[in-house]
Amino acid sequence: MTTAIEVNCATGEVTERPLTTEELAQREADAQAHAAAEHEKEVAATAAAEAKAALLVKLGITADEAKLLLA
Amino acid sequence: MPNTFTKIASVSVGVLGSSSLSFTSIPSTYTDLCIKLSGRSANVSNFDNPRLTINSSTSTFTRREIYAENGSAGSEVASDRLIGVVPAFNATSNTFGSLDFYLPNYTSANYKSYSVDSVTENNSSTQAMWLLAGLWSTTSAITDIAISLQSAGNFVQYSTATLYGIKNS
Repeated sequence: MTTAIEVNCATGEVTERPLTTEELAQREADAQAHAAAEHEKEVAATAAAEAKAALLVKLGITADEAKLLLA
Repeated sequence: MPNTFTKIASVSVGVLGSSSLSFTSIPSTYTDLCIKLSGRSANVSNFDNPRLTINSSTSTFTRREIYAENGSAGSEVASDRLIGVVPAFNATSNTFGSLDFYLPNYTSANYKSYSVDSVTENNSSTQAMWLLAGLWSTTSAITDIAISLQSAGNFVQYSTATLYGIKNS
């Protein structure tokens, strides 16, 4: 069971309760959004690495040589 | 200039873990609010992102942060509720991240800005740290704040959040 812990700052009362239906739905939506965002990051990182490697090949230099040019 | 910190309440996670840590009925007698979070996520990853809910609202949030993750640095702008990083299941056992959240003028009728600094702990190069500025574009006074996790996972046992009130005199 997934729970939430709440502390009422007026009374000091601490309550541990199961998530409501709305909270569970939000949690599921958030999890899906998180997975999609992570996938998007991976795809972007892979594309950037591939583009960089292709450019180095086109220029005929190594990554270390490219660093020298930019230093 | 805020010159007092008063502990309003603290919440610690028990053995079963918890998906959300909430402060409700926050008194309006302070000027600013601060939350100190020592947290760890049960999600199977190196780190996770705590996420904010204010007055049960999950909309009108924006943020901008600079970060360092896994040896790379960058910056990001997003319209979401993330407020930093905590270590997760794959990080060194029993380590907890530190997150410091500060929100001034929480009872004002203006939009609410906040700032956060946070860092994970891990005996590895797989690290994360964020410095963040955020805005909740709503004019309501803040009475409730909840922190959950982006992964929708649970905070592990001994994760602790403490809410402080700060007065300007």
